Amino acid sequence: MSTGILAWGVYLPYWRLQRSAIGATLGGPSGRGTRAVASYDEDTTTMGVEAARRALVGLAGDPPDDLYFATPAPAYLDKTNATAVHAALELPPWTGAYDLLGSVRSSAAALRAALAQSEAGGSRGLAVLADLRTGLAGGAEERDSGDGAAAFVFGPDGDGAPVVAGLLAHAAVSAEFLDRWRTPGDNDSKVWEERFGQEVYVPLVEAASAEAFKRAGIVAADIDHLVVSGLHVRAVQAVGRSLGTRAEAAVDARSSVVGNLGAAQAGMLLADTLERAAPGELIAVVVVADGADVFVFRATDALPAVRADRASRGAVTVADSVGAGRDDLPYARFLTWRDELRREPPRRPDPERPGAPATWRVTPWKSGFTASDCRACGFRHLPPSRVCLRCRTIDEMDPVRMADVAGQVATFTVDHLAFSPSPPVVGAVVDFDGGGRYRCEMTDVDPDRLAIGTRVEMTFRILSTAKGVHNYFWKARPVATVPADDAGPDPRGDA
Amino acid sequence: MSSNGIRDQVAIVGMGCTPFGERWDKGVNDLLLDAAKDTIASAGVTLDDIDAFWLGTMASGVSGVALSKPLKIDYKPVSRLENFCATGSEAFRNACYAVASGAYDLAMAIGVEKLKDSGFSGLTGVRPVGDGTDAALSSPAAFSFVAPAYAHRYGVDAEEMKQVMSRIAWKNHRNGALNPRAQFRKEVPLETITRSPLVAGDLGVFDCSGVSDGSAAAIICRAEDAHRYTDHPLYVKALSFVAGPGGGASDPDYDYTTFPEVVRSAEDAYRQAGITDPRSQLAMAEVHDCFTPTELVLMEDLGFSERGLGWKDVMAGVFDRDGELPVNPDGGLKSFGHPIGASGLRMLFECWLQLRHEAPPERQVGTVGPGRTLGLTHNLGGAPGECVSFVSIVGPEPSA
Repeated sequence: MSTGILAWGVYLPYWRLQRSAIGATLGGPSGRGTRAVASYDEDTTTMGVEAARRALVGLAGDPPDDLYFATPAPAYLDKTNATAVHAALELPPWTGAYDLLGSVRSSAAALRAALAQSEAGGSRGLAVLADLRTGLAGGAEERDSGDGAAAFVFGPDGDGAPVVAGLLAHAAVSAEFLDRWRTPGDNDSKVWEERFGQEVYVPLVEAASAEAFKRAGIVAADIDHLVVSGLHVRAVQAVGRSLGTRAEAAVDARSSVVGNLGAAQAGMLLADTLERAAPGELIAVVVVADGADVFVFRATDALPAVRADRASRGAVTVADSVGAGRDDLPYARFLTWRDELRREPPRRPDPERPGAPATWRVTPWKSGFTASDCRACGFRHLPPSRVCLRCRTIDEMDPVRMADVAGQVATFTVDHLAFSPSPPVVGAVVDFDGGGRYRCEMTDVDPDRLAIGTRVEMTFRILSTAKGVHNYFWKARPVATVPADDAGPDPRGDA
Repeated sequence: MSSNGIRDQVAIVGMGCTPFGERWDKGVNDLLLDAAKDTIASAGVTLDDIDAFWLGTMASGVSGVALSKPLKIDYKPVSRLENFCATGSEAFRNACYAVASGAYDLAMAIGVEKLKDSGFSGLTGVRPVGDGTDAALSSPAAFSFVAPAYAHRYGVDAEEMKQVMSRIAWKNHRNGALNPRAQFRKEVPLETITRSPLVAGDLGVFDCSGVSDGSAAAIICRAEDAHRYTDHPLYVKALSFVAGPGGGASDPDYDYTTFPEVVRSAEDAYRQAGITDPRSQLAMAEVHDCFTPTELVLMEDLGFSERGLGWKDVMAGVFDRDGELPVNPDGGLKSFGHPIGASGLRMLFECWLQLRHEAPPERQVGTVGPGRTLGLTHNLGGAPGECVSFVSIVGPEPSA
């Protein structure tokens, strides 16, 4: 088994919307459970960065040779979004970065491209799948979908990183029919009558599966974990029954907590499976979108050791991410974040658009959160400085990436005056482990629970959007792996 | 490094100051003309007698034409400058040096800011196109780090700290209530201050200075010429200005309980003026009370209080108008608001009134008298960890 999955990572946002909050506000039936909601400062690019960071944690060997970023909800058109992900990960300049945009099926394309490349050329491919699902207020799309991202590194076995799930086969069928569509610029998708889609989809998936299983030399009953992903709920359910797989093989879609992640759904469920599967088990991933794509993997003997290694590095599992988060997002705030509710802005000037040349000059800092260490005295500068603040030595600095370094809150403030799409702004002075201090915005934080000493990590976010330009930069947030109850000693005021 | 100062080489011989406030009725040009008109009248000269001008404004005009045009100045040197919230003081400092150098006989320093026309609340400014990485924190938020840091370091509990901050606001509003030029001319009950809605951190609305329009000006000549213009000049004893390396926000050793720039400029100014014990030698001080914790820390940075004891002095009334060392007897930024380019000269204007016993009796400080005649003005610009500081010392008598 020469090529397959080397690493994986999933990002689910901090916020959950109670489906009952929708009915409570709009009237009508009250849904159950929650959905994952990207915060006001997130988009598919930032969520993709977070998922990819989790995939790359501790991965030995060379960085990916190519990066494929798939999303139906891109932050930009014309301009490549994958380059923002590439820059935030500080991948080498010779790593290709490409978008696959627009359709939900782009996710299958990204997986396929990264896999095909590692099969054919023996190189590493990074596939990043992200989605931010929107819909009209009160609709099923709004209620049942979710936001998130998943990332996988595919490549050949070796170079310090074993394949954890080898690719046995892939098969695809394509079909042109009108099941779901969205006009560019719209926030809501349209769908044809559901029974029509079900009628068309099921035979397509059956055909693709039969071909994939044949190529893999297996039968459906051999499958230990069956992931079926798609936004057509009835088709997905029907496929689960009709492929001939064992009932216990069905992978729970986790939709009651996070919703359907659209283009990121297959990735999240595959990652979830990798965190549970035993060596030798067969995993089938079915993407139901304008046809069907079926991938068949077999978990290798290396999987448990890689899982243990990731755990020792504090990697966040899908189960962790599903269980974490905050589920009291008010529906009105959700609508505001999604631009469905126009709110009175503060009487302050709109944020400025950052300048392209100024931004480009500081890419390692702005995109990669790279500081500078003085060679003469060791003082760490955030932002990087050419002159040492401590010893005044000039131009004797080494770059040091701080994006993956945790820290703790030295002091903080809640700013009710500063402009924000979701006030108040929380500002914190962060002391990083191993040295360095930076004053920045915080996100995904409950100011009432924030304290001096709270452990924080950096996360790639949008500071503001002005004149169509997304100002991406880093914010601090309470360390995701720490349950909120243990968020910090020394509550402010009791110190 | 030297900072020799120009002690007693130049004198202020005329000053003017417009009422500060929401001056919907006056444009920048009107404010400039009103201040200039009062100032030349005060010195008994005409605009034509003045050889050179320094205009301080952060964002209400650019170039010397911003002054020469409204005043119809006839082909003379006019400089326009900016230096954060010390802009007005910086205009004054440069005018003083020009006269001390002998280049000109008579110079005018004038500051103006028109903030209210922007339609926004709080300060706004024009910045060069940036890379977008600056945290979006407001000024109150940047200064709000000071209060908890101070309280933590010196063991002041949160409630007590709030009382200290409130008392500073209460004192300055009490002083401003008697000042017809102030933006806010009402006393504010302590309880109202303490319970005002939060703006940032522990800072309530009443812990923040207001936003206003205004202008103020001074005419400077060589000390030996001063009595040609007035019987009661103010001699310049010290001028100090420093800009810090701006690394506080990235320096783990910076703890937000002091402004090192202020400490340096105060030391420099005291040395120039020969002051060894500012608390007893100064008769009054006008300091940059942009936020109440700022004034608290300034009491220590300027050497008026021992480190860690400033809050006790505040509560004991040391800096009240009738206290041991009156601070901001005109009402400060709290009562005047902060038209950036004008504030430094407005502070100097209060020294002009108080040290020459021209303040109305109901608000004349009792500390000015034989052997104690000096006044201090201070500006802080920027934010904790990244600021500029200005200190001047003036007095009505040439040194012996």
